[in-house]
Amino acid sequence: MPEREIAEQKMSYRQAVREAMREAMNRDDRVYLMGEDVGLYGGCFNVSEGMLEEFGKERIIDTPLSESGFTGCGIGAALGGMRPIVEIMTVNFSLLASDQIINTAAILLHMSGGQFNVPIVIRMATGGGKQLAAQHSRSLEGWYSHIPGLKILTPATVEDARGMLWPALEDPDPVLIFENTTLYNFEEAAPVNGTQVDITSAKVRREGSHVSIITYGIGLHKSLKAAEMLSADGIEAEVIDLRVLRPLDNQTIFESVRKTHRAVIVDEGWKSVGLSAELSARITENLFYELDCPVERVCAAEVPAPYAGHLEKASLPQPENIVETVRQLGGIYG
Amino acid sequence: MADSKTETKSREVNAQLKSGKRKQAGSGKDNARLMHHLLAQMIRIRRLEEKSYELYTREKIRGFLHLYDGQEAVAVGVMEVLEREDAVIAAYREHGQALAKGVSMNSIMAEMYGKTTGCSGGRGGSMHLYDKETNFFGGSAIVANGLPMAVGLAQAYKMQKRSSLACCFFGDGAVGEGEFHESMNLASLWELPVLFVCENNLYSMGMPFELAEAETDLLKKAASYRVEGERVDGMDVTAVLEAARKAVDYIRSESKPWFLECQTYRFRAHSMFDPERYRDKSEVKEWKKRDPIKMFSERLMDEGLLDEKQLADIESQAQQEVEESVGYAEESSDEPIETLSRYVYSDMKNSE
Repeated sequence: MPEREIAEQKMSYRQAVREAMREAMNRDDRVYLMGEDVGLYGGCFNVSEGMLEEFGKERIIDTPLSESGFTGCGIGAALGGMRPIVEIMTVNFSLLASDQIINTAAILLHMSGGQFNVPIVIRMATGGGKQLAAQHSRSLEGWYSHIPGLKILTPATVEDARGMLWPALEDPDPVLIFENTTLYNFEEAAPVNGTQVDITSAKVRREGSHVSIITYGIGLHKSLKAAEMLSADGIEAEVIDLRVLRPLDNQTIFESVRKTHRAVIVDEGWKSVGLSAELSARITENLFYELDCPVERVCAAEVPAPYAGHLEKASLPQPENIVETVRQLGGIYG
Repeated sequence: MADSKTETKSREVNAQLKSGKRKQAGSGKDNARLMHHLLAQMIRIRRLEEKSYELYTREKIRGFLHLYDGQEAVAVGVMEVLEREDAVIAAYREHGQALAKGVSMNSIMAEMYGKTTGCSGGRGGSMHLYDKETNFFGGSAIVANGLPMAVGLAQAYKMQKRSSLACCFFGDGAVGEGEFHESMNLASLWELPVLFVCENNLYSMGMPFELAEAETDLLKKAASYRVEGERVDGMDVTAVLEAARKAVDYIRSESKPWFLECQTYRFRAHSMFDPERYRDKSEVKEWKKRDPIKMFSERLMDEGLLDEKQLADIESQAQQEVEESVGYAEESSDEPIETLSRYVYSDMKNSE
């Protein structure tokens, strides 16, 4: 992380999301939070704790279990001039709202010939690794990023968790924010009074010259760990945090791969027909002659998430898998 | 707007309705004007649909085309009591609602031609008519998908302390969808100004209503969400108007939703690809005896509120408007292929 001049404070990813929401609600009357258990319960992951008391039930709205209903309601409210933050407990349940997200939010602007944009922000938890089994552990953010009309954000740092919400609310189009459940307790120093982050670019989180590891979300943390392990071996990996899965920032990715000539993609989503395949294709289509070896991918095993801890661990990319994959790249020990 | 005359008239009539003058004007000139206006609106829709059918067979209009013939009294009766600021959300058989809400026939026809001058710029077609100017929010072809949107618009209006309401039209098929039940519950729970208008035309595509619903009394379903409502003869435009007025008065004064079931019938096939195996021709014939336009014009003549010449004038005006809309659509230009990726994101730079 580059050094900063502004005051920083250590906070958790959870706190950062909460602070971002509080700031947005204090800043703009049109902003409100709606979702299952966001009020009385304080949020399924404790993200909105205290917000009901602070903002009242008019702006912190507990909804019944009606994902399609309240997500569609958020879309309507956005069209009516409000700026709703809709929280869907996890990406798995968002499938119940996928009609509203995909059949309405993503395409209304287009179907209406540019008349009706949908300025909604939908936050949801994503990812596995907590032994919650197959219906609570999916990483479907790559799958959503298949859809034209949606913007897909995957904050991996406390700074992004804090900073991405406001620009997302300012965006005239639907923005989905995916918060990896294993990151909520992650602590990091972040600017105290909000922060300006963009929601358009990927970022180089660690510089290196031998290989580009391209990842996002929890994959960033595993990749950074892997990069440290590789460094001991004399391999310097550049780690790219995609941050935004749609639209993808080709430039940052390509610049890095042009420098390192090797690319490994780390994604907790499945490999087949997924985000990692898209990234690999883009690199190969654009930088084929720059590559010293084929693009490699470290992804989730092609199984639904198992409950048993050792099996789940084996099904997800781990720093050791990333290290192993990089070590086997052609010419890496040059 | 092509129909500025109709619109001005509509506004005047609305003002009368609101000021309560309409009641006193029961047999007077104003009442006759209102009746002529309702008739003219229904005839405009009928002529538009007839022309659309013809243009479809000539391959000028493509894709799916769902025609509204037979159901005109519902759109016209309900729309008469709504304000311009009220939101209307309809489904895929929505030419009638769009026209009645004030979307111009020119822009509807041009939309079906896929032209840039269409109300959705040629991106939507028959099933996706949108018009920000008149607060017409489509145009959704996913059954019941527009209902949560209506709930949200109503939520926004309530939060902003505006007096507007959201009115959604849907068919009996929508009642089987979860989004219907979720929306009714949310609107009731949060006391939102939503007018739910179910156009029960007895078939969800080819599925007969009584084979689709275990409970066919829709008011019971509404009541189970503590939503008040009423059932009305959807072939009788003044009955629909009265029922809608009662509904809108309730919604605006109580800030609560209302469920209006309009019993109606679609005279044509579900779409242009429907061989109509599921219903008997005699049933269609029987319902056509209750054609809302025929019944209403005969009634007006019986009551001395309409003569042959006036009817002929209304007919010829509608015919002329339809012909003009075809000319408009024919002459309008296609969107250049270069701008294909527009409207994916508001900021075009972010389009991929």
